[in-house]
Amino acid sequence: MPLLWLFILILALGLIGFILGRARALKNANGDIRLLHSLPTYYGSNVLLAILIPGLAVMVIWLILQPMVIQGQVSSMIPDTAYSDKGALNLVMSDVRRVAEGLDIAVEQGTLSHDQARDIRTELTDIRARLGAVGVALGSNVESYVLKAAQKYRTMNAVGNWMMTVAVLAAALAGFAISYMRTNKDMRARNSVEKVILGLLIAAASIAILTTLGIVLSLIFNTIEFFKLYPALDFFFGTTWSPSFGGGSELGILPLFWGTFYVSIIALLVAVPIGLFAAIYLSEYAGPKVRAIAKPLLEVLAGIPTIVYGLFALLTVGPMLMTVFGEDGGLGWMQGGRSVMTAGLVMGVMLIPFVSSLSDDIINAVPQAMRDGSLGLGATKSETVRQVVLPAALPGIVGAILLAASRAIGETMIVVLGAGAAAKLNLNPFEAMTTVTTRIVSQLTGDADFASAEALVAFALGMTLFVITLCLNIFALVIVRKYREQYD
Amino acid sequence: MNDMRIVRKDVDMNDTKISAKGVQVFYGDTHAIKDVDVEIKDKTVTAFIGPSGCGKSTFLRCLNRMNDTIDVCRVEGKILLDGEDIYDKRVDPVQLRAKVGMVFQRPNPFPKSIYDNIAYGPRIHGLAKNKADLDDIVEKALRRGAIWDEVKDRLDAPGTGLSGGQQQRLCIARAVATEPEVLLMDEPCSALDPIATLQVEELIDELRENFSVVIVTHSMQQAARVSQKTAFFHLGNLVEYGDTEQIFTNPQDERTESYITGRIG
Repeated sequence: MPLLWLFILILALGLIGFILGRARALKNANGDIRLLHSLPTYYGSNVLLAILIPGLAVMVIWLILQPMVIQGQVSSMIPDTAYSDKGALNLVMSDVRRVAEGLDIAVEQGTLSHDQARDIRTELTDIRARLGAVGVALGSNVESYVLKAAQKYRTMNAVGNWMMTVAVLAAALAGFAISYMRTNKDMRARNSVEKVILGLLIAAASIAILTTLGIVLSLIFNTIEFFKLYPALDFFFGTTWSPSFGGGSELGILPLFWGTFYVSIIALLVAVPIGLFAAIYLSEYAGPKVRAIAKPLLEVLAGIPTIVYGLFALLTVGPMLMTVFGEDGGLGWMQGGRSVMTAGLVMGVMLIPFVSSLSDDIINAVPQAMRDGSLGLGATKSETVRQVVLPAALPGIVGAILLAASRAIGETMIVVLGAGAAAKLNLNPFEAMTTVTTRIVSQLTGDADFASAEALVAFALGMTLFVITLCLNIFALVIVRKYREQYD
Repeated sequence: MNDMRIVRKDVDMNDTKISAKGVQVFYGDTHAIKDVDVEIKDKTVTAFIGPSGCGKSTFLRCLNRMNDTIDVCRVEGKILLDGEDIYDKRVDPVQLRAKVGMVFQRPNPFPKSIYDNIAYGPRIHGLAKNKADLDDIVEKALRRGAIWDEVKDRLDAPGTGLSGGQQQRLCIARAVATEPEVLLMDEPCSALDPIATLQVEELIDELRENFSVVIVTHSMQQAARVSQKTAFFHLGNLVEYGDTEQIFTNPQDERTESYITGRIG
């Protein structure tokens, strides 16, 4: 039975269970809802869940285990002479699967009958041509052991699927029977349904956390792999970045790190004053009408995709800076449109809404009593903002700035398009430089050998960035939390 | 009421500090204060009493134009401070508030040190010529706020770390430090326990020597204890205004009597 049908069957069974469970509870209470422990829908839901959870659980576990078991069984049929290492065995096995699938499709389309498919022989039929006719292209002629393995694969799969259907239905029906029999007016259906919902919530939270863990682990393993090929000391303290896939590359992180740092600093120098002043205006001075229009408009900036900012940097800001600081402007500081300044300015614009929106919320959280107290002493509005509101909001604002900083460090598209690709340690902000993120992109795009230090260095770079932004984020959260306690 | 206060009352109650004539206040469409006339004497504690929502706090906030910070609020009529209209266009509300200080319902020390809390007003208004001068002002204000002995060893500690009663006395000291002429207090004891309330009430009585004090209170006992003049507000009207003793012992208006005896309110 195809998987989809089985799934729908279980759902239908669940629906029936829902209706029956609800009806049984009502009948048990002689139709009087007040005699029930829970609302009737909870009894229905209880039966529904008792059908779906075992049924789907068996299905998922079976789907994970069955290929593993079959793989083990079938691969033992392949003669040792046919492969040299594990990779080659995998290639043979994928051939086996392809032939098996091809035979299935051929049967489905009617070019082969069931019996023909089962009895087919390499000696008698050109299987490659037959399967090619139904749209399954094979790389080479089918060896006889591949065909035998494929036949075994087909029968085991068929048996397995059939057994799975039985097992899933049995589990679902058992769940149905038990929960249906237990349904009576005193059963605490609401509590058990809520327990399941709690389980769902926990599962959702764990998936998010486990994913993070998985990402970190994959970074760590690849980073360790990299440090086996390239000395860590040279990586962290090397001042030259010149990867060459031919070998003999120098992979020092310092020039990249300097680029990231420089671009981020310029971005923050742009974003922090503008964002902060905008937040002060919006929260302290602007009337409700201006605020209602201006705040969403400012936050639209946060919704612009960074690649669009990158284009803006490349096509507008870069040439604009060139006319002032380039050869044409007479200063001659700038060689091309791509520079640290270009990327930094545009990234600063991107960060404005982060700083302003967060700071605005934090300034608004300062109690009105503080402002009243200051105004009541004869302070002007700006004195109140400068001397009472901002100091009170400062820890929160620092938190907002740190969050913006970690955003700046991780930003990629703007620097790819705006900052250039030359890795150098230079103080001139009008030089093209490159950042950690852009190098990760360039090391992993293209036909790189994933086992080489030149490709693996991307993971070490990513890990370094991850650690830095993680520290910044934790620092920011600690500060924001400390601030929160002040007025509770 | 003890005899001491009655003696003082005879000496002090002579000239008018604030005089309000036909004051109307609107919050949007709501008519919050209706045609209030009142004369507040110098070096006197004047209590505003009345049920919740009767407009006593609103009227108090008119006296130093704190209502200006609320967009929808509109004030009509005349309020004269020493004969000058405080709602005149030439009057800067900021300077007015330096002359008419305010203490709020809940203690609201700034998240700064105790010293900086007190020094805040003097610094803004340039009252101190140098550091030593400022130290003197801070000490004097804290002494007048009856909190000097408790905090003199920890002036650098944050003001928010004090107890509720201490915080409120700190706020009173902070208001006193700018040398105001009138001190407005909006239910200054409503967030305090009885002992702290007693301390603040004693302090109010001492402040009377130098300032005209106007206090809004929900507690009639408190009004009777600390004030020499009492005004009773009801539904935005000033129902009755007179000597505290007379209001509490021999009210002229039926509504005042009902409120004092606990039949309305």
